[in-house]
Amino acid sequence: MSLLTPNPGLIFWMLVVFLLVVFILAKFAWKPILKGLKDRENEIQGALDLAERTRAEMAQLKSDNEKLIAEANAIRDQILRDAKDAADRTIAESKDKAAAEGQKIIEGARETIRNEQALAVSKIKKEVAVLSLEIAEKVLHRELKDKEAQEKLIADLASSARLN
Amino acid sequence: MYTYLRRFFTIALVAATCLFNLPAQADEPTQHDAEKVVQGINDQEHKIEHKLEESEKEFKIGEMIMHHIADSHEWEFTHGVVLPLPVILYSEDRGLEVFSSSNFHNDHHEYNGYHLVHGDSEQIVPVDESRKIYDFSITKNVASMLLSAVILILVFTSIAGWYKNSKGKAPKGFQSAMEVIILFIRDDVVKPNIGPKYEKYLPYLLTLFFFILINNILGLLPGSANLTGNIAVTMTLAVLTFIIVHLNANGNYYKHLLKPDGVPAPLLLIMIPVEIVGVFMKPFSLMVRLFANITAGHIILLSLFGLIFIFQSFVIAPVISLFALFLNFIEIMVAFIQAFIFTLLSSMYIGSAIEEHSHADHGH
Repeated sequence: MSLLTPNPGLIFWMLVVFLLVVFILAKFAWKPILKGLKDRENEIQGALDLAERTRAEMAQLKSDNEKLIAEANAIRDQILRDAKDAADRTIAESKDKAAAEGQKIIEGARETIRNEQALAVSKIKKEVAVLSLEIAEKVLHRELKDKEAQEKLIADLASSARLN
Repeated sequence: MYTYLRRFFTIALVAATCLFNLPAQADEPTQHDAEKVVQGINDQEHKIEHKLEESEKEFKIGEMIMHHIADSHEWEFTHGVVLPLPVILYSEDRGLEVFSSSNFHNDHHEYNGYHLVHGDSEQIVPVDESRKIYDFSITKNVASMLLSAVILILVFTSIAGWYKNSKGKAPKGFQSAMEVIILFIRDDVVKPNIGPKYEKYLPYLLTLFFFILINNILGLLPGSANLTGNIAVTMTLAVLTFIIVHLNANGNYYKHLLKPDGVPAPLLLIMIPVEIVGVFMKPFSLMVRLFANITAGHIILLSLFGLIFIFQSFVIAPVISLFALFLNFIEIMVAFIQAFIFTLLSSMYIGSAIEEHSHADHGH
């Protein structure tokens, strides 16, 4: 039965030693150990959070970049299209202008030709008139030299002319 | 760290030996008589050994087992290798008396008016039976407890130093090994059972776990003390848990004791005594569980070894040794399990006493 009877001396030493161990370990062992463990856990959690945040930021950045690139592409396309339009317009305008200019030149040329022609025709007319006059003069001159024929003609004319 | 530990252990062991021998030397009579006394003691030792040899012929297994399980005033590592421990007695008429237990090594086991009685366990009784004495001796169990305390403090302060010195580095070696256990106790035993206020109780529960564990394991070593298999030790631990539970218990806990919810009034006559008995059963079960498990383990192991001496056969001995080896492994497992269970139940009791807005956990 002595096995089941607690010995007061042992209880006394047990209390003293165990409580001392509790206090010494609590102050010099558990406090730093638990603090170290907690710090490390916080550190790991912090690092994980940071990684998560960074990943989110990276994703955000990536999508931003993509948007930027898309915008830039759109703007480039716009600019190119505008440039092409402008070029086309310029070319078309130039073409029209050139055509109009050509037309004008042709018109001018025609006008000139017409004028020249008219001038030439009037000149020719004048020449023809002068020539005709000269011819007529010469003819008349030669006709009028033959007095008998003249008189005969006048007589013919006079005889054929009926005076009413 | 290991070399540091080893060096410290060597010094500690030497110091302890000196310390335990101090009273022995202090109590020696003058130098002149020393040789005579030593001679006398040696003669008496021879006689005692002779008697022991005689009694060994008729080997009594029960006595052997009880002798190994019980506490003693000297530390017998093996037959004949004995470390005398200081005897500290207090009596009202003589005050404090300190002398070495080796002084009892004589025919009558008597010294200075005290008698060392070998029964189931050793006891020092005054020859004059009217005197009342209090025995605060450093017995084998106390010495073993001091050793375990020194080991615990050295191990865990050195680990704590590591946490301070190598902040931000990965744990390694012995530190990682202990860290796993500390984290297990914190995260799987204390936190889920006590709840958010667990940090206040963590130092006590961690110390409790490692104290029980190291003493369970030390107790398995040959020639060591059976500390956690001693009812005084388990009682002290259980009472400490009881005190912590009831110092920190909140109103709900006490209200639940005196007026359990949903119980009809006539039943209260039965329920209140049951609840109150339950309060005391908890530490009692803690005390008995650890004591019985460890003591039973020791008794089984000692019985197996005793069989070897009973049969004295070369055929039986190896078989029994194999059994004993197997049981030793089981005992190592039990050492962990019992430390774990004591801590687990202690945290459950604390947790149920400080729980808010809910029924207390009923007894187990």
